[in-house]
Amino acid sequence: MELLAFGKTGWGDELFYATLMTIAVSITAMLVGFFFALIFTPLKLSKYKTLNLVGNFYTTVIRGVPELLVIYLFFFGGSGAIMYVASIFGYYEYIEINAFITGSMAIGIISGAYSTEVFRGAIQSIDRGQFEAAKVLGINKFVQFYKIILPQMLRLAIPNLSNVWQITLKDTSLISVTGLVEIMRQSYIAAGSTRDPLFFYSFAAVLYLLLTYVSMKLINKLEVRYSRGY
Amino acid sequence: MDFDLMITSFPKLLGATAVTLKLLSASLFFGLLIGLLFAILRLNKKIFINKFAYGYSYIFRGTPLLVQIFIIYFGLGQIEYLRTTFLWVILKEPYWCAIIAFTLNTGAYTSEILRSAFQTIKPGIIEAGKSLGISNKIIFYKIQIPIAIRQSLPAYGNEIILMMKGTSLASTVTLMDLTGVAKYIISTTFKPIEVFIVAGGIYLFMTFIIHNVIKYLEKKYSFQ
Repeated sequence: MELLAFGKTGWGDELFYATLMTIAVSITAMLVGFFFALIFTPLKLSKYKTLNLVGNFYTTVIRGVPELLVIYLFFFGGSGAIMYVASIFGYYEYIEINAFITGSMAIGIISGAYSTEVFRGAIQSIDRGQFEAAKVLGINKFVQFYKIILPQMLRLAIPNLSNVWQITLKDTSLISVTGLVEIMRQSYIAAGSTRDPLFFYSFAAVLYLLLTYVSMKLINKLEVRYSRGY
Repeated sequence: MDFDLMITSFPKLLGATAVTLKLLSASLFFGLLIGLLFAILRLNKKIFINKFAYGYSYIFRGTPLLVQIFIIYFGLGQIEYLRTTFLWVILKEPYWCAIIAFTLNTGAYTSEILRSAFQTIKPGIIEAGKSLGISNKIIFYKIQIPIAIRQSLPAYGNEIILMMKGTSLASTVTLMDLTGVAKYIISTTFKPIEVFIVAGGIYLFMTFIIHNVIKYLEKKYSFQ
């Protein structure tokens, strides 16, 4: 137990902050994912074949390639890509991107592919009449999507989005390979310096279980709230 | 774009794909057995057995695969007693540790898939079997299991693809699988995009094959 003490003697405070970091990365990644999903879902549902292709390419590639490989692409390629863009604008200094941004972008793009699929499924299960009614009322496509389809779709999407959240939360453990100090990285450091990997990795497992358990409870409440009209 | 690098790295990555496939097939094979066992335990009426099986699947589905591999590979070696038993022959090898972690992980997901498949079997089918005087054991092996396997094919196909992606974590315990070799080439050449295209292409090709095999099986064993 003294291994978990707060302060200089134990790893309690370090692990506490690492847990906060995991939560922060997960939420950021989930939001980045929503952003991508809002772009790619309309593409997948578009009536134009080329746009469909772009949408399908995104979800197929990301869901078919290991998360770790995507993270390596961002980790090794991220600053290169930014520096290339900066060089166009005449900036040639070395730019290093922070591990938090790289990590949440990488996980966000992965999470976005899953969210896109969830949104697509939810939109497709909305009654055609809703789209037609909006059209008849002369509501433009943009308002139709954000004011009519999105609110209805969210209710249908919440159970599946909670799965996406669980996947995202667990995927953040992979960012530890880039050196960002979240639960996994902190456990690795603690395990290395105390030579007690069994304890620290098991404790990390408990922390993840706690996070998944608490978030499940919260999402269930949200689900009840969004279904109150039904 | 460095096409030469893409061409020269292709054979290396293809060689590493063999490691990925070995890890995948071994863990799927053992995982299916464990999954079936725990699905049956989940359906057991004794609350203790039932809860035990639920606890197993809850823990392995609620924690990241990376934690599971690290506990098995770095953690278990710490127990002095284990080092004296024959288990140590297995547990000191990263290859077997990865397979054990993958097996337990996919076993947990498979048990959930099979459990829900067992539960969707219509009671009428079992009753029909009983009224024909077929013994409970034969009903289970010859009626329930085949139907459950057919029911769970789509979900199990997804699980195979998820597991294939999961094997990439073997690279974190020093194994040179497809992702391990890709990372090595990236970190020596600093050409992440080229390597990503080749390695990602190989993964996508495998996903494509698995997807189509499952689709074929679904069609072949459909009820119509």
